[in-house]
Parts: sequence; structure tokens; C-alpha cells
Amino acid sequence: MKKFEGQALSWGLTDGVVELALHREPCNEIGLLTLEELERFAVALEKATNEAHALIIYSSLKCGFSAGADLKELFRISQEMDRDEAVKGVRNYLERIHRVMNAIDASPLTTIAAVHGVTFGGGFELALVCDLIIADKMARFCFPELRLGLIPGFGGIPRLKRDLGNSIVRDLLLTGRSFNATKAQQVGLVSQTVAEGESLRVARGTADQLKKFDRATSMAAKEFIKPIPYEELRREIEIFCELFTQPAVEAGLRRFAESTEAQPYLP
Amino acid sequence: MNYIMRTSNQTLEEILTLAAAHFKVAREKLAPDDDFFRTLGINSLQTLELLTRLEHHFQIELPDYELQGVSDFRTLAERIQARL
Repeated sequence: MKKFEGQALSWGLTDGVVELALHREPCNEIGLLTLEELERFAVALEKATNEAHALIIYSSLKCGFSAGADLKELFRISQEMDRDEAVKGVRNYLERIHRVMNAIDASPLTTIAAVHGVTFGGGFELALVCDLIIADKMARFCFPELRLGLIPGFGGIPRLKRDLGNSIVRDLLLTGRSFNATKAQQVGLVSQTVAEGESLRVARGTADQLKKFDRATSMAAKEFIKPIPYEELRREIEIFCELFTQPAVEAGLRRFAESTEAQPYLP
Repeated sequence: MNYIMRTSNQTLEEILTLAAAHFKVAREKLAPDDDFFRTLGINSLQTLELLTRLEHHFQIELPDYELQGVSDFRTLAERIQARL
């Protein structure tokens, strides 16, 4: 795998471990630029399958793993289009991000999200495609989409349902509240909670452990225990696009994009 | 620790001490009725960080929506006290 240093992402391969670093200021918002680089990463990841056994995704920004989709960009672009064009654009964006998420989810490598700080919305969904989530104790998880009149659109609901009890899924979605890492581990979302600033180091140690196992066996185990809910993922895109035409969405996006509140992330 | 029974004043004092230490503000500069956004000079992400630190310190869960409209230490202490 060739080393890559982009504007939003960087990646490289060392000792059989692919590391994908997120570093788009202010907090790894996932917009078109990040999507383009994620698509390049998905291609590179597929090619690296024979030379790697693990993937670690982490953020090199202090604020956290990722604040989710770039809502300000989404609002700006949707304002420049009529409604039909905007929905078409959103659908295209979702199809593209789903292809990337599905590729990482289905990767034969064992994948680890090493998270800290804000792990919200689309950032949370990126962590959810990974096989393991290792969380710094200051990590915070949230799906605030309902405050915008939307549901998570990057595959979050089907993947949450795959991993967690439905009552926790409802709590996260319907209240929009955030969980800390301790709670996330209690409900089965996070596999390890570590001290502040230690998630990447622990993820690297875990990746080192994984290389002791036979790759074919690890791949067979992963395929068996982590089915990808393709049908529900398709349905999620449909629901998102239906909701996107509602006036509540434009109002919600405008409120967020123009907010000067001290707590715009709090639903 | 959760099994320690705290009075409201103790809870308030612990919040002020924690906030002062973490955000490097002199403890004597913080008063119970201060607007903590202004006094601590914190943004939305730091507010979440404060929430997480308070949850860890008091070993509680404090849903974000309980903090909507809360901007002073005294009311914050009341919200926390209700979950101890």
C-alpha cells in the first residue's frame, strides 16, 4: 500500500497494519472532500488485503474522532439547488458513502476504530463499521440527527441494530442523547475503554495480537459473526431521502448552520 | 464515589473545583451563579468534555437534554444532585 497524505485523511501500512488517520479541521466533518478521499482509501484498502492483517482508524485531532456529516456544507449545497436536484445529490452522496462504509465493513482485515472525544453522527457510523471499537474514557457517542428532522444516513441504524439491544438503539436515536465511553462499553458498543490519550496505543497493541492468528480463520470468523445488513442499509437510504424533502430538515439545517449557540451539538 | 452521600453544597463545591482545575481557572474566580460558558470561556465541544468529566467524577449518567438552558454552576449542581 502506497502512503497517502491528503487534506482530510492520511494512510499507510506498517508491519501488516493499515492506519487511517482523520485530520480535517475543525472536527473531521465528513463532506465531499472527505468522501472523495475515503473512496480512494477503499480502493487502496482492497489492494492491501494480501499484505495486511488489520486496519486502525483514528483521528489525529484533539476534538475527537469525528463530529459527523458536514452539515454546513450540506446546507450550503442544498440551498444552491432546487428540491429535486438536492434530493438527487443527497442520494448520490449517500450511495457513495455507503459503498465506502460497506467496503470497510466487509474488509477481510480485522478493523479497529480507536476513538476519543466527539464521535457523533457520521463519525459514530464510521466507528460502527469496524470490528472493534477501542474508546478513550473521554469519548462521547451520539446520533443527533433527529433534531434536524432526519435519521442517521451512513448506515448507523442497521449497524447499531446489528450490535446492540433495540432498547438502547431507541434511546440513542429517539432522545438524541450522548453516551460516554463507560456507558458505551456497558451496552456492548465498545470493546475496550482506556485512559485518556491511550486509544491509539492500545489499538496498535491489539492489532499486534491479531497477527498471531491464521488470516483465513480470522476472515471466516468475521464473515460468520458480522453479517452486513444490506437490505436495511438500502432502506435507510430511502427513508433518509424521503425525510430530506420535509420542511423540518431545511429549518433544522439552517438552525445548525447559522447557530451561534454555545451548545449546538446538544439535541 | 456514588455511595458517598453528598449535600447539595458539597456537590456544587466539587463541580467548581473540578471545573477550575480542568479549565485552569483560579477556584476563587468561580461563583455558584456564574455563567460557566462565559467564566470558563468554553465552547460546545469543551462543554461536552465537562459533561463527560462530571459523569465520571460523580459516576452518573447525565443526558444532554437535562442541561439545555443550564448555564450556571448552581443549576448544574441541582441536576447532578438529582441523580446521585
